[in-house]
Amino acid sequence: MRHIISILLENESGALSRVAGLFTARGYNIESLTVAPTEDATLSRITLVTRGSEEVIEQITKHLNKLVDVVKLVDLTEGEHIEREMMMIKVRTNGKDREEVKRLTDIFRGRIIDVTDSTYIIELTGNGAKLDAFIKALTAPILETVRSGVAGILRGEKALHT
Amino acid sequence: MKLSGSEIIVQFLQDEGVEYLFGYPGGAVLHIYDELYKQDKIKHILVRHEQGATHAADGYARATGKPGVVLVTSGPGATNAVTGIATAYMDSIPMVIITGQVATQYIGSDAFQEVDSVGITRPCVKHNFLVKRLEDLAETLKKAFYIATTGRPGPVVVDIPKDVTAPNIKIDYKYPEQVFMRSYNPTVKGHPKQAKRAVDLILSAKRPMIYSGGGVILSNAEKELTEFTQYLGCPITNTLMGLGAYPGSDKQFLGMLGMHGTYEANMAMHECDVLIAIGARFDDRVTGDTEKFCPHAQIIHVDIDPSSISKNIPVDIPIVGDVKTVLHGFNDEMKSRKDKPDQKALTKWWDQINQWKAEDCLRFDRNSSLIKPQLVIEKLYEVTGGDAFVTSDVGQHQMFTAQFYKFNKSRRWINSGGLGTMGFGLPAAMGVQLAFPKEQVACVTGEASIQMCIQELSTCMQYELPIKIVNLNNRYMGMVRQWQEFIYESRYSHSYMEALPDFVKLAESYGHIGIQIDKPGDIEDALKEAFGKYKNRLVFLNFITDQSENVYPMIMTGQGHHEMYLSSARGLA
Repeated sequence: MRHIISILLENESGALSRVAGLFTARGYNIESLTVAPTEDATLSRITLVTRGSEEVIEQITKHLNKLVDVVKLVDLTEGEHIEREMMMIKVRTNGKDREEVKRLTDIFRGRIIDVTDSTYIIELTGNGAKLDAFIKALTAPILETVRSGVAGILRGEKALHT
Repeated sequence: MKLSGSEIIVQFLQDEGVEYLFGYPGGAVLHIYDELYKQDKIKHILVRHEQGATHAADGYARATGKPGVVLVTSGPGATNAVTGIATAYMDSIPMVIITGQVATQYIGSDAFQEVDSVGITRPCVKHNFLVKRLEDLAETLKKAFYIATTGRPGPVVVDIPKDVTAPNIKIDYKYPEQVFMRSYNPTVKGHPKQAKRAVDLILSAKRPMIYSGGGVILSNAEKELTEFTQYLGCPITNTLMGLGAYPGSDKQFLGMLGMHGTYEANMAMHECDVLIAIGARFDDRVTGDTEKFCPHAQIIHVDIDPSSISKNIPVDIPIVGDVKTVLHGFNDEMKSRKDKPDQKALTKWWDQINQWKAEDCLRFDRNSSLIKPQLVIEKLYEVTGGDAFVTSDVGQHQMFTAQFYKFNKSRRWINSGGLGTMGFGLPAAMGVQLAFPKEQVACVTGEASIQMCIQELSTCMQYELPIKIVNLNNRYMGMVRQWQEFIYESRYSHSYMEALPDFVKLAESYGHIGIQIDKPGDIEDALKEAFGKYKNRLVFLNFITDQSENVYPMIMTGQGHHEMYLSSARGLA
């Protein structure tokens, strides 16, 4: 099962490597990981996507909670939540392709954020499946893609805070 | 009070009540050593190798319950300490290790004796710090002691760059009495509702069994465990780490369990209907094949570390909390109910257990003309009145000691259970002897293990530590040889210890007493001499033992508690 674990941790050097190190040391896998400071500069927030049986996920959350730098965490997939991922994709666009790529971008509610004679950079936000679908639908040659990894948040009143 | 970084470290350690500092100087910690020179409150013990410093601090911590403190330099000083840090981590021993680091401006430049100590130790510490600012030093040290000694204890490394300890930069210092960490709140109490459910289950048991581990000792819950066990009147087994938490000579005690546990302990595990696991972590050496583990039992597990619960074995009633507090709750609850488990069923259960006991699984050949290692431990137990502090290294001698020395008090049995570190015994004994200068301290070891930290004989001379080294010398890495005999058709690949030193002369060259014992009839006299006539000296007792002796019972890898080998002659139980 795929789980999204959201972690609030001390914004200190080495804190991220403790999280990453835990996964390698105990043989858990990380599908994606995003990290940035929160509105409180002393805290960072990680959104981590992993896969495993219920037992494995339980161990992962217990071990994460044990890390001294971890303030709080929540398994977003246990409740109603929103997940988003941002992608920037650079495509080769010549002649007739250009209009088609523009149209496809509109359909997916993306934006073209850079233009040259022969390329577009498209910005697209959504869940992973939407980004995958866009890549699949593109007919123009892809020069490069960069994805942010998943960021997630709980729906409604509930919040992850200290 | 304005102090430099070095002064802060030394002053802090004094304020924290640190008695001994185990260490070895080097470039990055010279400022600190200069401050140590100017005071005499903290006694610095100069070891001969940083591994020895960590094991000595560890032994001190295990024997006293207080954190062991280590000071080593950067680079090789830190890497040499890693084995000792990992040893303490696996057995949840409170330690604070101060490592010197190159000056902050050189970090990352591959400077002389630079290593990423925080990175290298990260997987084997409870937590670690790199102190980059002098202003953070005192508080970080306090955090280190706080983290090391609370919750599930463990080692904490504080890496301090040389410039932070510079003598000419001074700031205000005040001993931080307390620290608050929003991200660290060790749970202690245990859920009261769960405790009630647990007591319901315990009282309904027909064949109850207690399996307790090192957590009971770490939590100082020996009294509560004894009261609990004796109220219930049920059998109890201890893990290797838990020996001594319940009196080893008591009639309810079935001995150690697991790979080399007793027949009765393992069979009782296999047949029990309610298993009460207390401060134990279902280690693979304890469970055997997890598929075959306690097939008839509902399991209650009390542990302070939630990640230990349902890690290897799923449990029915988990209770996260400090063992002492939870057991206290159990005892109160049971007494207020004035209820006991079904006494008729319990009598039947004991009848069954006594049949298993009658198997006498630890019996060995007492008429052999060769020295049997078991006999040495038995005699050691007699000569020391069962009251010595006994450290060990790792291997057959460790298992024989666990089986044959009946520890009636906790913190007397000091060994590397989790990591299984050869070389642990002698330096650990130093820490114990320093903490208890008047007590009998024995280090049971083998000719392979002892050579891993033998240089510490020199430290023992310097500080006049009258440790008794009981060397069970079978000229083999005994446990390796045993596995090779059983599993590799007796192909003894590189397990024979060739070119051994003359241990008697070796001990003498370090200024100690050496005695060689070749005959079973001489064991007792030699031990009496060591603990009597040479009470105040380190004595190296070199027992030449039977090379072919194996540790029984044994559960082979992949087998269950009910599938023990009792001896080469008796085969599978």
